Amino acid sequence: MIRNLVQPALVLLAQMALTLALAPLLPGIVNKVKALFAGRVGPPVFQLYFDLAKLLRKGAVFSRTTTGVFLAGPAAAVAVPFTAALLIPMGAATAPVSFAGDAVVLAYLFGVARFFVVLSALDTGSAFEGMGAAREVTFAVLAEPALFMGLATLARLAGSPSLAPMLTAAGQGWRAAGGPLALVLTAWVIVFLVENCRIPFDDPNTHLELTMIHEAMVLDHSGPPLAAVLYGASLKLWVLGALVVKLCLPLRGTWWIDWPAFLGGMVLLAAGVGVLESIMARLRMRRVSQALIAAVVSGTFGFLLLLLA
Amino acid sequence: MTPNLLLAAIMLINFMLVASSRVSKCIQLAALQGGLLAMVLLLMHDHWPFHVLLMAFSTAAIKGVVIPAMLNRAQDRMKPQREPEPYVGYTLTLVMAAAGTGMAFILARRLPLQPGNLGTLFVPASIMALFTGFLLLTTRKRALLQVVGYLVLENGVYLFSLLLVKQMPLLVETGVLLDLVVGIFVMGIVINHIQTAFDSQDTHRLAHLKD
Repeated sequence: MIRNLVQPALVLLAQMALTLALAPLLPGIVNKVKALFAGRVGPPVFQLYFDLAKLLRKGAVFSRTTTGVFLAGPAAAVAVPFTAALLIPMGAATAPVSFAGDAVVLAYLFGVARFFVVLSALDTGSAFEGMGAAREVTFAVLAEPALFMGLATLARLAGSPSLAPMLTAAGQGWRAAGGPLALVLTAWVIVFLVENCRIPFDDPNTHLELTMIHEAMVLDHSGPPLAAVLYGASLKLWVLGALVVKLCLPLRGTWWIDWPAFLGGMVLLAAGVGVLESIMARLRMRRVSQALIAAVVSGTFGFLLLLLA
Repeated sequence: MTPNLLLAAIMLINFMLVASSRVSKCIQLAALQGGLLAMVLLLMHDHWPFHVLLMAFSTAAIKGVVIPAMLNRAQDRMKPQREPEPYVGYTLTLVMAAAGTGMAFILARRLPLQPGNLGTLFVPASIMALFTGFLLLTTRKRALLQVVGYLVLENGVYLFSLLLVKQMPLLVETGVLLDLVVGIFVMGIVINHIQTAFDSQDTHRLAHLKD
């Protein structure tokens, strides 16, 4: 009885602690790989931790045009990915929270986060941030169906509308349904890159007005709110990355294989993003929507393939 | 081994063809599709009698090498110029191709097929190739892309006829292939004439011809 209660609680705590502690590591790995690829030494892997500590010590400056809504963006940016992390099984653990239809909740949680970030960008009254918000929403509209087609494919494969069995079935279904799963993986990698503003779609490092999407929305944030935004972005990278990694990894059932495999997969994913960012140029704005449509088509095609096979 | 994965790859190539704006890439993709068709033919048989081998070889040679080489040569002779925008944008054609794929799957379910062919992707893949070929033919302004569209359409027909490969004599198939080569050849000559007459291969200009 006690054991039945304690074990899930421990799993929950471990997974949450891991998510909160390790998430800022991913951007560090990406930047390190990029630096090595370019022949530089680059910032240390733990740079984001230092940045966060520095920002938290500073005071925040607020524009006089902003209202209370302005702080909703950073709050949602941290709270939502953390909530979403509860729904995704990581490593050997099953998801701490799991119910029928939680896949839909996952998708719309990110919708909620986007809503508040966009709202706080609009609250500043800056035309520049409004432009960033408009772009973010435009691309989010296209990224969502791609995510959903993948979820539908997995739900069909697992015969269950819940995320944890879906991802387990996906990990074990590569032999039986490799084609559809590869298509879903393609779609999800594109969604992963778009949602996290990585390079073929958006560049998180430059602040060039013409092409920036996500960064344009958070220009007015400073101090602790900015730290929240940055930390939230790394959490989002972690959560969506976990989704992609779990799609590829089968569950062996022993924690000392599954956890290292999962963490290794995350590091590999971050390194892959770094390599991709080093070898690719940013797409033109028009091309972004085309790539997203391609992701939707890929997901749809995967679903159709699975229906027929 | 079932040819389903190969057929899925052929369908994916259709999507890429519709989405890409570069003629040389389209030609490469069409060549790859032709090569995959030959592999599908080989995978359909457990043991390979002479006529199957011959047909696979000629398919690969004609669709994968000869016609792409002809198209590439035609492409090389074009003067570099700005590519005309298609009648329908790339994104929209991609969406249309996706819708067409859905329709192809639905249609394939309705067709009275032999039970052995029901679970395979042959029929949807061939209908989809027909549809994408048709899309390329109608929405693109460049003459060479239209030829690629014709090629893809023909690939669809070929794929459908593969279902009957056991019944169909070799002669018909080779006839179809020969037909294709002649068709492309004639188109090549026509494109060449368009090129010399208009200094461009934008077929839109043919709309206002005067004598």
